[in-house]
Amino acid sequence: MGSLPQKMSIQVKSADPTEMREQELIRRVQAGEKQFFYELVKPYERRIYSAAFAILRNEAEAEDAAQEAVLKALTHIQQFRADARFSTWLTQIAVNEALMKRRKAHAEIMEPIGEREEDDGTYTPRDFADWREIPSEVLERKEIRQKLADALSALAEKYRKVFVLRDIQHLSIEETAEALGISRASVKTRLLRARLMLRDLLAPGLGGAFFSRLPFEKGTKPW
Amino acid sequence: MVVNCEHVWQEVSNYLDGEVDPELRAAMEAHFKECKHCTAVLDGTRNVVRLYGDERMFELPAGFSHRLQRRLAQQSSLSGFQNIRALWIMAVAVVALVVGGVALGNIVFRQPETKSPLAQTPHGIPPNLIVYVSDDSRVFHAPGCKYLHKHDDEPPKQMTASEAMKEGYVPCVRCLRQYLRAEVECPRPFSASHQLARQRSNVSAPPGL
Repeated sequence: MGSLPQKMSIQVKSADPTEMREQELIRRVQAGEKQFFYELVKPYERRIYSAAFAILRNEAEAEDAAQEAVLKALTHIQQFRADARFSTWLTQIAVNEALMKRRKAHAEIMEPIGEREEDDGTYTPRDFADWREIPSEVLERKEIRQKLADALSALAEKYRKVFVLRDIQHLSIEETAEALGISRASVKTRLLRARLMLRDLLAPGLGGAFFSRLPFEKGTKPW
Repeated sequence: MVVNCEHVWQEVSNYLDGEVDPELRAAMEAHFKECKHCTAVLDGTRNVVRLYGDERMFELPAGFSHRLQRRLAQQSSLSGFQNIRALWIMAVAVVALVVGGVALGNIVFRQPETKSPLAQTPHGIPPNLIVYVSDDSRVFHAPGCKYLHKHDDEPPKQMTASEAMKEGYVPCVRCLRQYLRAEVECPRPFSASHQLARQRSNVSAPPGL
């Protein structure tokens, strides 16, 4: 079972109606009115699914992990503290659930990129003379999304977790640090690594070699 | 302030997040104008952030919400069923505990039988018959019974047979024999000679004789 976030001290900064509504829903669910739980998690369906998919790369498994995360959140709703951000708490459960599922499945048959890299080491990005920007429009194509997910999945877990929370879930540096129990400096360092490694993987272009075996294969890293 | 390529690579992520101070930002921007490689690194990294941050990157599968709601409903009903089952188990456990406690209490605290199962019930004694009891015995006697315990300092107490039986006294089998039924026979041990005779009669003759 994936661990649940134990400590959250992120203050709710504003008191907008949405957050007030969310706090009211949390209070009612914690009081036993569990029929309101779906209403509480509905705004974050995409977020928890995307977190799970970014890690698992498989729609069915990601959906299963997302559902498990929601059920786990319901079971442990009493542990949620009122001063925490519900979305962060829920996302963290989803990330943990997906990682646990991934470990169980022994999905990694190749060494993930950056597994042996140290946080404070230097990283040299590759020089691509023929680099071209990948337009966002290509995201309409499912196979492209799958390849981007494959590239993300090739990262070591510690980098992937930071990247998922920060760049996919759009958590702040503080929230990411809090969710993962690491320092702000570690978040920044790991995020830099994750971004540069993904940039290198995507740099040859989607029709290029980023999804071929070469950049992923053990012992053949170009950097 | 002047920065080299390596410094830019270490700060490019912070640059995109607006996490560098104005002086470093200005130095990096100046460097990007001069260095195509670092510009490519910056653009490529920005491209990564934009692509993965796009909502289209992770579309919810069709029917996701419906299946999630159904799973939540199943969980709630299962939880309710488990609660009912737990209540039933608890109720059965309480009943079993009470019954077991009573049974145990009966075993531990039961008074020993004071009356032999062979004792005869004094149904035939006239209720108004005058009888005598003494303090050192639980037997009541007919007037003049020689087995009545007598004390010089305290004469035997007189009462009716029904009163004596209510107080737990039992009739003297000697002086009140005529009123007692002879329905129950005392088992008498067989004598040695009787047992031997029975054994002999049970021995069958060997085959062929």
